[in-house]
Formats: sequence, structure tokens, C-alpha cells
Amino acid sequence: MIFSSLFETAWHALATHRMRSFLTMLGMVIGVAAVILMMAIGQGAQAMVRDAIKSMGSNLFIIMSGASTSGGARVATGNAPTLTFDDADAIRDLKDVLTAAPVSPGTAQLIYNGVNWSTSVFGTTPDYVLVRDWPMASGGFFSEADVRSGARVAVIGQVVARELFGAEDPIGKIIRIKQAPFEVIGVLAAKGQSLDGRDQDDTVMVPISSAQQKIFSNSLRNRARFIMAQAVSAKSMDAAESAITNVLRSRHRIGVGQEDDFSVRNLTALAEAAAATTRIMSILLGAIAAISLVVGGIGIMNIMLVSVTERTREIGIRMAIGARRRDVLWQFLIEALTLSLIGCGIGLLLGVGGAWLVGSLADLPVAVTPASVLLAVGVSFLIGVFFGFYPARRAAGLDPIEALRSQ
Amino acid sequence: MSTPLIEVVDLEKDYSTGAGVFQALRGVSLVITEGEFVAIMGASGSGKSTFMNLLGCLDRPSRGSYHLNGQDVSRLSSDQLAALRNREIGFVFQGFNLLPKLTALDNVALPLMYAGMAREARRQQAQVMLERVGLGERSHHTPLQLSGGQQQRVAIARALATRPRIIFADEPTGNLDSETSRQVMAFFSQLNREEGITLVLVTHEADIAAYARRRIRFQDGRVVEDVVQEEVAA
Repeated sequence: MIFSSLFETAWHALATHRMRSFLTMLGMVIGVAAVILMMAIGQGAQAMVRDAIKSMGSNLFIIMSGASTSGGARVATGNAPTLTFDDADAIRDLKDVLTAAPVSPGTAQLIYNGVNWSTSVFGTTPDYVLVRDWPMASGGFFSEADVRSGARVAVIGQVVARELFGAEDPIGKIIRIKQAPFEVIGVLAAKGQSLDGRDQDDTVMVPISSAQQKIFSNSLRNRARFIMAQAVSAKSMDAAESAITNVLRSRHRIGVGQEDDFSVRNLTALAEAAAATTRIMSILLGAIAAISLVVGGIGIMNIMLVSVTERTREIGIRMAIGARRRDVLWQFLIEALTLSLIGCGIGLLLGVGGAWLVGSLADLPVAVTPASVLLAVGVSFLIGVFFGFYPARRAAGLDPIEALRSQ
Repeated sequence: MSTPLIEVVDLEKDYSTGAGVFQALRGVSLVITEGEFVAIMGASGSGKSTFMNLLGCLDRPSRGSYHLNGQDVSRLSSDQLAALRNREIGFVFQGFNLLPKLTALDNVALPLMYAGMAREARRQQAQVMLERVGLGERSHHTPLQLSGGQQQRVAIARALATRPRIIFADEPTGNLDSETSRQVMAFFSQLNREEGITLVLVTHEADIAAYARRRIRFQDGRVVEDVVQEEVAA
């Protein structure tokens, strides 16, 4: 028997039961679309996390002020800074630490030429951009001297530059941060989103001394909310962590058995955990989608079984006029395969379309990879064969006389 | 006209039923030569349909031998039997047994598909066969759009499609009125006379059996009468 005849026969059988064929296919359509979409979203989320990790800098620690005891009342982490500039200097001098920068963060209103913009303000030292591996787009960063003198200079992020200045060159312009005038001396290069979803480019950086005196105007002189530190290498992370803990405990005079008034967090490890979580999430999404694909396959098997029962007489007639068992087997197998592959094709279109829609609506970098398409097509093919085989074998195994007698 | 086309010796067929073994055929031996027109008669349950299923290679005997065209059928695989049904045998059934969703042309072309003929060639040959049975104009109608007599003629065209040597017709006029029955039987007689196609007809009606020269009567799984009549209907 000629192969093209098999497809012709299968196509004819499916075309004469349009509604049923369509409904049977629907399971595959939804399954494939779900696999494509979920994998695209998973890939997108992973890419986002990867970018965020890359933008963070490497071998990072964040040392948070916290849990200080004032007058017997324990204060929540971060509320009263326990870290000082000198702590930062002491950490920077450790042999396993490359550099460290104290940070005093806050938010403030920026005004330039009647335009205002609320953003996060980072009071810090020049070491901060070294730790974060953050290049300049134009101009320069402030110096140690600026920090010492409390100079009114600011370095702005890309978002702030766009919102306040538009096409204008910000360098040399005076902006007001909470009324205090600051001169813009540099613009940072774009960093994108951080792991916690903040836009890192929506920021302004000023010398930590100036921030405390002119902007936050509080009693936190020489205190830092947190210190960012960079270990010399990935291998020295553990050594650096214990060195930091030791030096801070001794500087803060914390006795044996007493609780730390700070916490050291390995940001790189946190980032890796986040990456692992995203990876697991995307595998989970894919697995759930794959289940719907299998359910679609079972739908095909179900309908093929009904179809074989309904068409028993047809099978008997075909056998009487010379169809071999394998001709009947192929006929039903190819019907199941055609169903699953057409379903797969439609699902593919829907999945890619859906991914595009999600990408443009949710601003997520969705990625339909050739691997996910190949996987969906391959799995549909296998499902067609697997779930089509049993009904087809049943059809081929019918006794011609009994099949002819059935009504 | 004396080559033995069909030769059966001590053919037996048992069916296991819930109540035990039922012997549908209890030792049938006969020879049918090429070009004969044979009517197999008998009441229902006499074994005549079982016999025809065996001759038509739709079923295998429990015991005994069956040679078709000199070939021992019991030794053939199910694929070889299918090929034999396809090329050497044509079936005409009481209920026509056309595929309702296919056109007359596609129904007639179906055995040619299983014979491995390409699409265009088999459609051409199917059209020729439909013209032979006088339905050349109706080739694109589906069975439901045709009368009973026309459907049976499509079935005959399908049986003839692969140019077989034998046609087995099981109560071919059972669902037809007497005038249409007469036409169908006249066509069978003509096929047998003019083309030498061997015809084996199963019927319980004497006036239908009257078209055949030889009449074999079955009763309780045995042949009880095997006569050649001089006068045949036409």
C-alpha cells in the first residue's frame, strides 16, 4: 500500500468528523501552547535573573546594621545604624577584602529647572562604584576628598538623567536635592533591574557626608545603614566573611555569647539561590504544561478507541477487500498522528503568539527557544504514536468476519 | 473449463460457544472448477455462510484442507490471505457494505488502493468499473444518494475492480425488490457467461438459485444435495 494513500485516508476520516477532530485536537493545542508559553516565560525569568546578577557585581557582601540594644530595648534590624565609617575602613583593610563602601540610603525629591523627580539617594564613598563594578556613562565620580569635605556634588543614574534633563547634558548643572543645591558631576552607565525588581538606574549618589548633613539632616553622623564589601576572589568568600564578622565583633566590643549587632550576608550566594529558584520555577511550569500535553494525548487515545469501536464494520469491509492488518494499523496510527501533529502546529502558533503577548504586556523578556519548539513537536509526535498505537492495534487485531457482522 | 479452482476436502469448522463446541461444518468435500456458477443453498444455521467465509479466505478451517487455485490456503499468513482476497476474490454482500462517507468512485477504488495502485490509476480503473455496471454518471455520489439496486451495483463494481477470478455473493438480493433482484442476477449471469468469472452465490431463495447451473444444498453442516440443472434463468 502506498504511503500517501494512508494520509489521504486519514485526512478523509478526520475531515468527515470535523467537530470531533477539532475537539480531540484541542487537548494537544492547549498542551503544546502551554509548554511553549511556560518555557518562554521560564526562560525569560531566568534571563532576567541572570542579567540582574551580572549587574550586581561579583563576590559581594552586604553588612547590615541591626539588632542594637539601646536602653534594654532591642531595635529591629536596620533601624538604628550600628555601623560606622571606621568599620567600613577596617573591613576594607582586611586582606581577603578588596574594597568596602559605607552606604546611607534614603529617598528625596530632586528638582531641576522646575522639573521634579523623586528617587533613591545613596550617600556613599567612591569605593561603592568599584564594589558594584559600575562604570560611568559621562563625567566622573566624586573623590575621597569630596567625601571628606562634604562637597555638594552628585552622580545621577540614567533614569534620573532622562527624567530631569531629557536631551540636555546634565554635567555641570545644579540640581536641588531636598532644597540643597548639588552640582551634577557624572552620569552612571545603565544597570537595569536588580534582583528585587528595583530599577537601579533610578538613583542619585552623593558623598555620604554630604547626604547626612544636607539631605537626611539627622543625627546619624559617621553611621552607615549598610556596608558593601567585595572579597578578593570567589575562593576567599568564606575567609572574608569570618574576618568581617571578627573585626566587627571586636570593634563593637561584643563579648562571647552575645548577639551580633550587625549581619553579614553573602549576596553572591543569595543571587545564586535566586537563580536556582527561578530555574526550579521554570522547570515546574514546564512540568505542569507537560502534564496537560499528556492529558491531551489521553484525549486522543480515548477518541481513537471510540472511533475504532464505531468503525468496526468499516474495518471489516476494508479487511474483506484486501487490507492487511498492518494497513489497518497504519490507518489508525496515522489518524492519531495527524491529529496530534495538527494540534501541535496550532498549539505552536498559539504558544508563540501568547509568549509575544505576555512579553509585550508584562514587559518580561520572554524567549521562545528552538529547543522548546523542538521539544513540543517531539513530545506531540511521541504522544501521537504512544496513544495512537493501542487503538490502532485493537483495530488491526479485529476478526474480519466479526467486524463485518457488527452494526 | 475443468481446472479445479476450489478444492476442499473434509472441511470442518468448530465454534466454541458458551454451551460448548458448535460444529458449523462437519466434513465438506467438493470441487468447483473455473467458470462455474454455483448456488449454495440451505436454511439459516445450515453452515452455508460459514462455508462461504472459509472459501472467501475470511476465516480458517478447524480441520480439512482448502486449495484455492492449487494453493494450500491453510498455510498462508494473514497478510497472504489479505492479498488473496484482494486479487483473486471479490465479495458482494447482502447489506452492500459500502463505506458511507466515500463516493461510489472511492469505494470502487478502495481494493485498488490496497493492491498498491497509485491514486490516478485507481480512480481511472474504478471509473471504468462503474461504467461497466451502468453507473458511470453516478461516480461522485455517496451510497446514501443511491438506490439499493445502485448501491449493490457499486458493490459489484468494487468486487470486480481488481479483476478477480471468483466472486462470492452472500444473499446479494436480500435487500432488493424483485425487479432490481432480477437485474442484479441478470448481470451476474452475464459476467459468468461472457467473462468466465466463477460465481459462488449463497441464497435461501429458490428463484435466485435458479440463475445458477449448479446447486449445492447444505443442511446441518453437510452437503445434502449437489446437482447440475440444464435449465437456468437468465
